[in-house]
Amino acid sequence: MRRGISIAAAVTVFALTASACGDSGGGSSSKPKDPKDISGTITYWDTSDAATEAPTYKALIKQFETTYPKIKVDYQNVPFTDIEQKFKSAAKSGKGAPDVVRTDVGLMAEYAELGYIAPLDGTAALKDTDDFSSVPLNTAKYKGKTYGVPSVTDTLGLLYNKKLLKKAGIAEPPATWDEFIADSKTIKRKTGAYGTYLNPDSYFLLPLLYSNGADLADPSKKKITINDGAAVKALDTAKKINDEASMKVDFANAYQNMQAAFKNGKVAMLVQGPWSVGDALGGSAFKGDEGNLGFAPVPAGAGGKAQAPTGGHNLTVYQGSSNLDASYLFTQFMTSTPSQIAIAKGTGTLPTRKSAYTSEVTGDAKIAGFQPILEKTARARVALPQVGSLFTPLAQNYVKILQGDESVQGGLDATAKEFQKLLNGYSIG
Amino acid sequence: MTTATSTGKTDEKARGRRRPQRAPGPVRRAWEKYWYAWAMVAPVAIVITLLVLYPLGYGFYQSLTNATEANVATTIGAFHRPATYDFVGLDNYWHVLSGEDGDFYPRLWWTVLWTVSCVVLQVGLGMALAVLLNRKMRMRGFYRAMLILPWAVPSFIGVFAWRLMLNSQYGVFNEIIQAVGLPAQNWLGSPLSQKIAVIMVNVWIGIPFNMVALLGGLQSIPKELYEAAEMDGASPWQRFVNVTLPGLRPVSNTVILLGCIWTFNMFNVIYLLLGNNTTGDTDILVTFAFHKAFNGVSDYAGAATYGIIILALLLAFSTFYRRSTLKSEQA
Repeated sequence: MRRGISIAAAVTVFALTASACGDSGGGSSSKPKDPKDISGTITYWDTSDAATEAPTYKALIKQFETTYPKIKVDYQNVPFTDIEQKFKSAAKSGKGAPDVVRTDVGLMAEYAELGYIAPLDGTAALKDTDDFSSVPLNTAKYKGKTYGVPSVTDTLGLLYNKKLLKKAGIAEPPATWDEFIADSKTIKRKTGAYGTYLNPDSYFLLPLLYSNGADLADPSKKKITINDGAAVKALDTAKKINDEASMKVDFANAYQNMQAAFKNGKVAMLVQGPWSVGDALGGSAFKGDEGNLGFAPVPAGAGGKAQAPTGGHNLTVYQGSSNLDASYLFTQFMTSTPSQIAIAKGTGTLPTRKSAYTSEVTGDAKIAGFQPILEKTARARVALPQVGSLFTPLAQNYVKILQGDESVQGGLDATAKEFQKLLNGYSIG
Repeated sequence: MTTATSTGKTDEKARGRRRPQRAPGPVRRAWEKYWYAWAMVAPVAIVITLLVLYPLGYGFYQSLTNATEANVATTIGAFHRPATYDFVGLDNYWHVLSGEDGDFYPRLWWTVLWTVSCVVLQVGLGMALAVLLNRKMRMRGFYRAMLILPWAVPSFIGVFAWRLMLNSQYGVFNEIIQAVGLPAQNWLGSPLSQKIAVIMVNVWIGIPFNMVALLGGLQSIPKELYEAAEMDGASPWQRFVNVTLPGLRPVSNTVILLGCIWTFNMFNVIYLLLGNNTTGDTDILVTFAFHKAFNGVSDYAGAATYGIIILALLLAFSTFYRRSTLKSEQA
């Protein structure tokens, strides 16, 4: 019996430590050659939706292989939620790691700091950088170097049900969070539908923080700013939205429920990203009536400025790739203007190259809807390698604040303390 | 895991062969006589060393350092980073056990509460069902099959089904209670209700195993004991307490011990039922250690410290438990 226990527990320990051991595979670097002479096989880990988006990417890869017949691309689709752990453990051990990987912009600083992805400045991967919009390009930069090539971008905006707003007598979508709350009450009173559904996830809290002039931390001053006055103001607003404007939040199923409620007309306004639009248009409120879906920037806060985090994906090259030249070439090909146009048309995601916004591309409702929002309100997130770890204590205390277990100031102070454990050498305030 | 346990059995057999022999002589004679047994044991010993002892030792070593993903030695392609972590001795343990990190004791108390309530309910309900099904009745096979069903369903599917049913806006439970005119409930809306929900789901998952194991135990109790008790005029309750429970003890002791260990380390129910938007109050030690290891930049030292502490707690518990049950069995 005792042995059985120690085995069980040791396996737990083993699982926890397994990613720590293992050595790295060597990589070779060679001088730039003529692209046509580059040969070999590279592996590409894609995180696009396997059912709806992957076919577009696969078609592009076919094109790449026809253009460069000496290079073979091994395409593998990895679910978005698994990619971080899967890539990190493969990258660390060097076993089974891909050559090119599609990376969420929020992970860039972490991968770069840990040395998993290669700087791309001066390589074939980065081409015509002036053509990239500055915000997505900034997400690829870390400590002065460029570690990725922007592929698609997104941000959070305010999606709204035009008919419900009209029925409530509201002409324009709210421009400030105060108006947002007031309008929500009007909508509830006049239409019976809820004004909004608050998503209690910390990523969806960022527009409120940013628009009030708050942020998680300030790396230049090595300060944790999550419990300063601006952040308290932001969380006060979030709590007010939760209490007065939102449909009752189901914390375990918030994302699915808010989406279901919005697309079926039970909720009038939602802070959401372009990825959700396809799903929303399939709901009873918008099916056959796509014009009913309105797009607006997120409301502005006390700072008077409306800002939302930039999301999206960059293509990154694994530092230990045994075929860097082919990887650079592949990255360049997949982020070129023609490829971005093909991706935008095939998947409805927003291109990162200005030249890819052709009339054909902006004919898509959600691209047309989100393009001005991106230009107006999207900003890069703070580039800290620990950002993935910071979100956990922030989310936990955010939920406590919303559920009323913790005051706004108390919850944020607790968050700041947790941040301090994760950010070495940072002071609070 | 499978390899480890199955080879563990071989180990037992091999030792069984050796045991009846007299005291071993000089090394050489022992080798000539027992080389077969040594050869049988060797693969197991090697596998256990590689799969259990090495990682265990490595984990323990890491728990004495401040290693994270960002300061261990890394060489990937053109990127080199020397190891910059330090040996910190028992500092991690002190930090955790003194309550300084503020996480350990709240997580520990909840883990203990969670384990005790889950095991009590699982064993209690499992025993009640086993007693019910141990008599002759119509469709007994059907009932047994239905009650084993939660066990047959992969646990993550079961957990997701519960999550759908508990959904406060689109779940079937609220539909039902609203249909009879009661107000909708936010089943997973606060730490307390989340705790009740995870215990409920884990009990649901755990009942079949307990029921089957206890049913087996019930069937091995000789009928004569019941007849004799009846002759002595014992009431049904007295028969249960004085015949059934003692007769079940060998089985129930093992079931309880296993239940405690499994529940203590039950990861998927808590992790999958509640999703990401929790207060963290519902994390047990294992899920907490998981967050340390797998959220953002991995904290190897912190996670390893928790791993070793969990191991130590379980070892201590099982040792005391075995000792006390052995005593009561001998008494």
